[in-house]
Amino acid sequence: MSVLDILRGVPDPEIPVVSVVDLGIVRDVRDDAVVITPTYTGCPATLAIEKSIREALDASGHADMRIETVLSPPWSTDWISEEGREKLRAYGIAPPSRHQARCPHCGSAHTEEVSRFGSTPCKALHRCLDCAEPFDRFKCH
Amino acid sequence: MRERALRLGDDSLILGQRLSEWCGHAPMLEVDLALSNIALDLVGQATLFLGLAGNADELAFHRDVLDFKNCLLVEQPNGDFAQTVARQFLFSNWQELMLRELCDSKEFGAIAAKSVKEVAYHARYASEWVVRLGDGTEESRARMVAGLDWMWRFVDELFDDETAGLRGEWDARIDAALMEAGLDRPKARRGIKGGRDGHHSEHLGHLLSEMQFLPRAYPGAVW
Repeated sequence: MSVLDILRGVPDPEIPVVSVVDLGIVRDVRDDAVVITPTYTGCPATLAIEKSIREALDASGHADMRIETVLSPPWSTDWISEEGREKLRAYGIAPPSRHQARCPHCGSAHTEEVSRFGSTPCKALHRCLDCAEPFDRFKCH
Repeated sequence: MRERALRLGDDSLILGQRLSEWCGHAPMLEVDLALSNIALDLVGQATLFLGLAGNADELAFHRDVLDFKNCLLVEQPNGDFAQTVARQFLFSNWQELMLRELCDSKEFGAIAAKSVKEVAYHARYASEWVVRLGDGTEESRARMVAGLDWMWRFVDELFDDETAGLRGEWDARIDAALMEAGLDRPKARRGIKGGRDGHHSEHLGHLLSEMQFLPRAYPGAVW
C-alpha cells in the first residue's frame, strides 16, 4: 500500500466523509516526509490532523517518515479534489464554487446565505428557498 | 524583525482574546459563531507570527503588560455589539491592507499571504454590520455612532512609519462603508498612541490576567 493510499484512509476530523488527501491538506509525499498545509491558520483540527497522520504512518510501518508543514502557497478551496467535492455534496455540504450555492438535498439553486460563518472555520450557513432545508456550504477560500 | 513579529502577533492575539469573550454571550447564535471564528483565525495568526519571535506560548502567557506591543485599538473593551463591530471594522480593514503589502516580505510573506484571505473575510463581515446597524433602527444607529466615536481616537496609531502609506486607501474604504450606512465620519480628534512602546490602557492588564492565569498558576500544565 503506497503512503498516499494510507493517507487516503485518514479522515478529516470535522468532516470525516472526506480524507486529508481529498481536502488538499496533503501537499506532497516524499521518501522521508509527508508535506501538509493547514486550511485556516486557526483551525483547531490542524493538530488533530497531524496526530492522525502520525498514527496512520506509524501503524503502517512508516514511523521513520517526518511530517512537514508548509504555508506557501496558501491553501485554498481549489485544492479540494473532484472526488472530495462529490463526497461533500453526498454528505449534505454544498461544495465551494464561485456560483450560487446549490442545495445538497434537492439540487435547487434557489438558495440564500443565512450567515457568513458556520459550525467550523471552513463553512458558511445557507438555506434552500425551495425545500426550506438549512445546509452548510464550504466557503470559497 | 523580532519587534515587527511581536507587533503583528500581539495585535492578533489580543483581539482574538477579546473577541472570544463574546463566546456564549453574543446577541444571536450566528454572531456568536462568527465572532468565535474570527477569534480563532486571529489566534492562529498570532501563533505563527509569535513563532517567528520565539516560543509562541511563552510569549503569549509569560510576558507582562509592558512587554506587549499591540496597538491600543485591539485591547479596548468589547462594550456593546456595535462597539465591537466598530473596532473590528477599523482594525480588519487596516489589517487587510497591511498584510497585503507584507505578502512580498521575505520573513513574513508566507504567513501574510495565508492570513490576508481570512482577514479580507473579517473586513467584509464587519463592514456589512456597520451598514446594517447604521442604516437600521434609531437605536442601532445611535449605538453604531457611539461605538465608532469611542474607537476613533485609536486609529492614528495604526499608521506608523511602516504603514503610513496605507492611510489613503484605508480612508477611502472606511468612507465608502460609512456612506452606505448613512453615517458621518467621526470628528477628527487627537489620536492616542503608545501601545507599540508598551504604554497600554488599563484594560490590557485585566485581559492578560484572565488569559494568562492558568499557565502561570500551573507552569507546564498540559491537556
